[in-house]
Amino acid sequence: MELYLDLFSQPCRAVFLLAKVLEIPFEFKYVNLATGQHLGDEFGKISMMRKVPVMKDGEFVLTESTAILEYMVQKHRAPDHWFPSELLLRARINEYLSWQHTNLRAHGSKIFLLKMLFPLMMGCEVPKEKMDAAMEDLNMSLIQLENYFLQNKPFIIGDKISVADIVAMAEIMQPVGTGVDVFTGRPTLSAWRDRVTAQVGVELFKEANEVIMKAKDLSQNIDKTALEMMKPKFQKMFS
Amino acid sequence: MSLKLFLDMISQPCRSVFLFAKKNNLPVEVKLISLKNGEQHTEKFRKVNPLRKVPALKDGDFCMGESIPMMEYMAEKFNTPDHWFPKDLQKRARVNEYLSWQHLGIRMHGSKIFVMKVIDGPVVKLEVPEDKMARAMEDLNWSLDLIEKTFIKDGGFIGGEQISIADLVAIVEIMQPFASGVDVFQGRAKLSAWKERVVQAVGKELFDEAHKTILSAKDSVKQLDSSKVEYFRPLTVLYFL
Repeated sequence: MELYLDLFSQPCRAVFLLAKVLEIPFEFKYVNLATGQHLGDEFGKISMMRKVPVMKDGEFVLTESTAILEYMVQKHRAPDHWFPSELLLRARINEYLSWQHTNLRAHGSKIFLLKMLFPLMMGCEVPKEKMDAAMEDLNMSLIQLENYFLQNKPFIIGDKISVADIVAMAEIMQPVGTGVDVFTGRPTLSAWRDRVTAQVGVELFKEANEVIMKAKDLSQNIDKTALEMMKPKFQKMFS
Repeated sequence: MSLKLFLDMISQPCRSVFLFAKKNNLPVEVKLISLKNGEQHTEKFRKVNPLRKVPALKDGDFCMGESIPMMEYMAEKFNTPDHWFPKDLQKRARVNEYLSWQHLGIRMHGSKIFVMKVIDGPVVKLEVPEDKMARAMEDLNWSLDLIEKTFIKDGGFIGGEQISIADLVAIVEIMQPFASGVDVFQGRAKLSAWKERVVQAVGKELFDEAHKTILSAKDSVKQLDSSKVEYFRPLTVLYFL
């Protein structure tokens, strides 16, 4: 199995973590988003979607992390708690994985884009109202994660960790990597983070998040040519 | 019937759930919720879905939101034909792939066009700048191109030779900008042919029933009480980054 990944990307981190935790043998194929490698011809032969992660299992090519995660669990017959088969638990995990696209994922990504890419693409700091509005949205998602999805359970589905926790944690680390402290003043969230970290293993958690925790170095490391190539798309998004 | 579905047919995810439940003759009760009258904010509805969204499902004491998981729940509980949500590893993966992509693909861009054309100007009296509209159309076209060229299998459906949940989810999203007056099918022979196959598989009568509300939305908003306008404001800011 080949996994095309850039650990800057949340969905890539989730796929990487699960593959490692389940001890699925794979070849890590690095796709450097900061150099625009995903937009090149080589990568285009792997996937026309031009996104990461991509999984190549023999001849079978699959995009979309939630699809890849479910595939890996099903194919490698992972312990049931990762993606429970019981009707109600399956509904709960699916509910989280569906909700998160346009909630925690969208809002966490927006913070990352505004903090890290806006200044690079637009040549100025983010207007305060834009940033404040984005933080408000992120806070709302975190409140919903805590109060609706977690409540007083150890993990999203219940007593055991699942793919939902891996996905949620990957998304939360995105704004965290830019310096936003989402955990202070949130004891429920902090306790859950500690449980997830303990379950996957402190070393592995650190390994998966090494790149995002250095996000502030992005402006020095980003390829100037790639930056110019990506500017039109981002300027469109930001204005 | 113990399983209740809470729907407003103006909403795309409600339509896919409706189509799936009715096509499979599932023993469910449909309860209509009026978003424009703010019924999603009532105490009663909040007990069903604290996140205040439709569609919502209540099966005895079990409540949930999110259309795709709801359809998967019903597929499993009522043992619907396999093609709706195949158990085979790779077929399942293909359906999941589409269902995941579409949230920030066609759903986002189609919804944006609908809100811009039907709600912003006519209801909220918010003028949409021309360049923003042009960019939104560009995004919509990009999504439609991807669906046509990458997701729909030649002569078939998104998951393969048979219709699945992915096709229901796709068609209801595509109908949203269509209902706002954008002819998404013009110049797209493959997309049009796929649409016909979906309509045939679901049944024209059922398809039309599901889309009656959205197809008359442009006109019905004209009769909207100005006091209801506040409910639409959140929608208008959602889609601007």
